[in-house]
Amino acid sequence: MIKLKGIPASNGIASGPAYIFHHTEVGVKRETISDPSAELARLEIARNTARDQLKALKKKTETEASAEEAAIFEAHMMFLDDPSLLEIVADAVQTQHLNVEAAWFDGIETFAQQMEMMGDEYLSARAADIRDVGKRVLRILGGKDDTDLSGLAAPSIILAQDLTPSDTARLDKRYVLGFATAEGGPTSHTAILAKALGLPAVVGCGSALLEISAGTEILIHGSQGELVASPDEATKKRYEQLTGEASRVAELELKSSGDHAITKDGRQVEIVANVGSPNDAVSALKYGAEGIGLLRTEFLYLERATAPSEEEQLEAYNAVLNVMGERPVVVRTLDVGGDKQLDYLDLGKEANPFLGWRAIRMCLDRPDFFKTQLRALLRASPGHDLRIMFPMIATLDEVRRSKALLAEARQEVLAAGHPVADKIQVGIMVEIPAAAQMADLFAKEVDFFSVGTNDLTQYTMAAERTSEKMAYLADPCHPAVVRQIKRVIEEGHKAGIWIGVCGEMAGDPEAAPILLGLGLDEFSLAAPGIPHLKAVLREWSYRDAQKIAAEIINLENGQAVREHVRNHKP
Amino acid sequence: MERGMVKVINEVGLHARPAALFVAKAASFKSDIRIQNTTKPGKWVNAKSVLGVLTLGVEKDHEIEITAEGEDEVEAVRQIIALIENDFA
Repeated sequence: MIKLKGIPASNGIASGPAYIFHHTEVGVKRETISDPSAELARLEIARNTARDQLKALKKKTETEASAEEAAIFEAHMMFLDDPSLLEIVADAVQTQHLNVEAAWFDGIETFAQQMEMMGDEYLSARAADIRDVGKRVLRILGGKDDTDLSGLAAPSIILAQDLTPSDTARLDKRYVLGFATAEGGPTSHTAILAKALGLPAVVGCGSALLEISAGTEILIHGSQGELVASPDEATKKRYEQLTGEASRVAELELKSSGDHAITKDGRQVEIVANVGSPNDAVSALKYGAEGIGLLRTEFLYLERATAPSEEEQLEAYNAVLNVMGERPVVVRTLDVGGDKQLDYLDLGKEANPFLGWRAIRMCLDRPDFFKTQLRALLRASPGHDLRIMFPMIATLDEVRRSKALLAEARQEVLAAGHPVADKIQVGIMVEIPAAAQMADLFAKEVDFFSVGTNDLTQYTMAAERTSEKMAYLADPCHPAVVRQIKRVIEEGHKAGIWIGVCGEMAGDPEAAPILLGLGLDEFSLAAPGIPHLKAVLREWSYRDAQKIAAEIINLENGQAVREHVRNHKP
Repeated sequence: MERGMVKVINEVGLHARPAALFVAKAASFKSDIRIQNTTKPGKWVNAKSVLGVLTLGVEKDHEIEITAEGEDEVEAVRQIIALIENDFA
């Protein structure tokens, strides 16, 4: 039996065989061949198979994930059929009588290395794509299985170094019971994906994870951050009990998730969902979301040649608002920066995109571009409770300028003869410590605050939130972060506005009593977490939560805070 | 043989989507089409190869030279230049 301790990334318990995800290194032998045309015919067949695989992956990704992720495979297909690559390979086979595996490998490396050496982030990333295509063809030539996640054929627990969006796009979600990764922090891609799918995950388990062999029986306990390989009978029994209980509990929680979250002493808080597309909105309702606390609008902007038009955006916003009816829907205006490239906007390359020209900073410099989104939002507003939220606000001037553009957009929409709802709440994301510190002044300018705890933590601790090495700095329960949230809530309430949290912290059952006790009005989280969060909040009384919140504020670190909460569960 | 020069005005140069659109346009002609980045001259690549085009490192404001040889060479150079001048619209 091997027990590994990792970082809790997504709640739940799972047991099943290990599926080891790694990009297999394909060894390439160099041989002299006698029949070049037979050799090239083998390549032709392998490329046809590769093209079929890529087409299938693209289709699957479009339906399961997003067009953005699907576009990766479009690029792979272009590389697969590239005439310059094929010319180099054919030349090596025909004139040097090199075997096709070696010739293909050399051709792929020629281009991959050229791109890496150009010192351009975009091209370096393409080098990885080219090698990915190269390996796919080599695997087919060698008769090896496609060892990426699409080869997954039975319910398993996925073990990996780390998982990227392009890895997870390919996996067949029916066969995934849970995730464990050697690297990654609580806000890594794996963690966010697992939460969105409602699957347990443990991240940052360390390199020992990768010594576990395929098929080994694995147990994972998401909220404990625990992984057990080859468990003994006693451990198995313990997990079976936990699983049985957990699924009974989950069923009960889902049944009551349509009811409000009201504490024992009668305080009601609003529980809403974070969504990234119109599709998510439908499933949010099933989990008992009372509205949307964060609609990310990036899905409209990524992976396309031109900016989305006002009409196109209007259609997407209408789709979400029609699903939600009169329930509140908080839409965050575009939040992109140097870490995401848009073909039609020169965002530039920056050494630190998270400290760079992004979100509202970029939108205010491109008022015409920004106003297109604002006009589409205003036009979608009649008959709904649409609320507009500006991201990455650091100064009062930014809020005032954003509001002025919104007022201009309103005039333009009215002048064009379209109706607009009379009252549209306007708020800001509080994710920069500057905004948290100045909350008293900001509260006079807006109708609500939504605290983005992932970014607020990263900016407070000066630690990139995706780094495993610094995962210990990524805890929003650290009093350095909690004290700021406390201030934001107090100052907001003094001014009579409501305050929500829309980071991972809002979906963290251990953080729930703290946020409740600080007086938070709205929790916005990935929808599958809603039933459990509601159940947790119903167990607490507001009075006890207030006491806990007051006690933890003077503790030393996030770990001490969590321990304190665990020791004082009702 | 037909020749032409054009300055790339796209914000990202011949990367990403513009590179794909450029190559798709070139591939729609029968002629043999080659390009070089005259801002960093000396390397000619097949305009129908996205890998080749990407390795030219064409950025905004770089000038590229295009040659085409074949039955539709005049139309090829004209249309490719128009594509770039219209910023891939």
